[in-house]
Amino acid sequence: MSTAAVRPASLETPWSLPYKGQIGMLCLIAAESSIFTIFVVAYIFYIGKSLTGPMPREILEVPIFATICLLSSSLTIHAAVGALRKGNLAMFRLLWFITLALGAIFLFKTGSEWQRLIYEKNFTISTNLFGTTYYSLVGLHASHVIVGLVGLLTVFLLALAGRVRQEHVDNVDTFALYWHFVDAVWVVVFTVVYIVGR
Amino acid sequence: MSTESIALTGVREPSRAFGDWLTSWITTVDHKRLGILYIVFALLFLVLGGIEATIIRIQLIAPLNTFVSPRTFNRMFTMHGTTMIFFAAMPILFGFANYFVPLMIGARDMAFPRLNALSFWLTAFGGFLLYFSFVGANGLYGAGGAPDVGWFAYAPLTSKAFSLGHSTDFWTLSLMVSGFGSIGTAVNIVATIVSMRCPGMTFGKMPLFAWLNLVVFGMVLVVVSPLTAAQLMLCVDRFLGGHFFDTQAGGSAVLWMHFFWFFGHPEVYILVIPAFAFMSEIVPVFSRKPIFGYPIMVGATVAIGFVSMTVWAHHMFTVGMSAYGNSFFVITTMIVGIPTGIKIFNWLGTMWGGKIIFKTPMLFCIAFLFQFLVAGLTGIMLGAAPFDWQLAGSYFLVAHFHYVIVGAILFALFGAFYYWFPKMSGRMYNETLGKVHFWLFVLGFHLTFDFMHIPGLLGMPRRIYTYEPGRGWEVWNLIVTIGAVVQGIAILIFVSNLLYSMFKGKLAGNDPWDAWTLEWSVASPPPEYNFLTIPEVRSRRPLWDIKHPEDPDWKYE
Repeated sequence: MSTAAVRPASLETPWSLPYKGQIGMLCLIAAESSIFTIFVVAYIFYIGKSLTGPMPREILEVPIFATICLLSSSLTIHAAVGALRKGNLAMFRLLWFITLALGAIFLFKTGSEWQRLIYEKNFTISTNLFGTTYYSLVGLHASHVIVGLVGLLTVFLLALAGRVRQEHVDNVDTFALYWHFVDAVWVVVFTVVYIVGR
Repeated sequence: MSTESIALTGVREPSRAFGDWLTSWITTVDHKRLGILYIVFALLFLVLGGIEATIIRIQLIAPLNTFVSPRTFNRMFTMHGTTMIFFAAMPILFGFANYFVPLMIGARDMAFPRLNALSFWLTAFGGFLLYFSFVGANGLYGAGGAPDVGWFAYAPLTSKAFSLGHSTDFWTLSLMVSGFGSIGTAVNIVATIVSMRCPGMTFGKMPLFAWLNLVVFGMVLVVVSPLTAAQLMLCVDRFLGGHFFDTQAGGSAVLWMHFFWFFGHPEVYILVIPAFAFMSEIVPVFSRKPIFGYPIMVGATVAIGFVSMTVWAHHMFTVGMSAYGNSFFVITTMIVGIPTGIKIFNWLGTMWGGKIIFKTPMLFCIAFLFQFLVAGLTGIMLGAAPFDWQLAGSYFLVAHFHYVIVGAILFALFGAFYYWFPKMSGRMYNETLGKVHFWLFVLGFHLTFDFMHIPGLLGMPRRIYTYEPGRGWEVWNLIVTIGAVVQGIAILIFVSNLLYSMFKGKLAGNDPWDAWTLEWSVASPPPEYNFLTIPEVRSRRPLWDIKHPEDPDWKYE
């Protein structure tokens, strides 16, 4: 085994590299960002190109409450990770639960909005170009919220079982990065769909 | 323990041993075994894609030929393109990256070994899904069978009205599944390179192979995902009645082209930069000199990575963009030639004044240099919009991109196979057979792809089912088909060489080439854990430092 020989004089500086989970999550976010970019480009490209109604202004209501919920969940998850880093497990569980609840409210509001559009306004994904792009973009984001909620719930249940402790803070922080990404994407989706697109 | 039970064990052993062997491969999370799985999977699909190419060439060997039906012909060129890009070229390059990136950066495995296995099996499943279309896509509704919409599947060919049955669904779903596999591999390799390097291996001391793969997989993250997004949209159109690419409802067929080529052009660089990576490892070792211009090489690669994302619409000059759009994409296309040219000069600079050893890997690398130059020159020709208006969609274009993919990428891949075969198998290949393979393949390659330019210049369109006699295309098509047969024979020699050498070749030892990167410091094939102790490096050529303690590289870097 000649590997032992690959050891010249020992190094002057200590050797440390970034945490691999964090890098992996950043890569995933880069890939997800490109997927969202394509959908956003399609949305913007097709604004006003529908040949038949309804048009966005006629049926969309701006989801201000849901947006406030989702964006504040970024603050609570950040605080939760901070609490875990300090070792305050009770505070971590509380803040994590609030995050979970805020995310669930957002998803519920999206669902009820869709129900209103589909059953009251008769507006579906195949109605017109606006329907195709609206449900695809908002649905793509909502599916990421669902994945995030599954993750939040898993961590919460593990935390209740006492399996999430201070030494897991890097892993929890990596997951929080994903949740921040989901929130940041919502800012873009909200701007495009409810401000520019209306 | 009774004698009976011992006897029973003895009887059962062979079958159980095979089962264990199979299970160990299916459940493996070892980056080397997954690398080999990638390569074996890709070779299988290379053969399938090769058979499809042969069918295309037999159909075109003479005018008014009816070897296959027009519908089958459409399926053949669609499956040939899709197979070769997504299930032969990409997995084979991912396999080499999987195998050698951790070894070269002194790591014991990838950052996420289980994600690695998941990515491979997603890719494999995507490939099987694509080929299942041959039997599975015959829907009740009408035309079925393998996809026949061309490998870039322009709208509205893919709409429900023009593609009945499920052939297009198999195409889009298989690419989506394998796309998720590619993204998983990319996440993994980038995280491995950033977070798993051995002590002392700063970014400035990393082997170029790792550097170039870092760029490649960074690109995979941002350009394969848009393809996945476009496939999602196509699914929305086909399954949910959406209108993304439905021109009758105000949708745009050109938008699909933009999305596809925003993936499709950088994809060429995703395939060719690994070939550059092979070149950058093999050329120095067989020239007995360190690589010339290491920082420039890294910079040029990063530049290619960025510029390649701004050139996609040069595939669309004939669509009718504005003059400004055309000019922009002509200029960016010309610019991407600059860093690529820098690389060619770097390899020439490495060979300049070196003691060149003309072993098989080096022969393939030298052929790469010539052929990649020619492929680049025809690329510059097609990158000029007025010239492209004449020859887009002709056999000239087909000849150009096969010159890149076969003449450059496949040649570099053969070089890589011969170079690393001793490391992966523990045995040397047969040098004579290797040289025979090289010269036959050079002959076949040039017969096929040099002469393929000419019918293109004479006006022969791509994807044409057959042609009338008297247009002056007959003799060129005959030569092209003969060349394809010669290439096929050369590849048979290659495969038999590898198979024979795997069992009967002479033992290679750790370092048969007197090379300088970390993979040559471990046994051949490497043990499961790669490195008994994690190495520490102080220069770009750690093995040189060990072999020449009186004159180590780190004194100069």
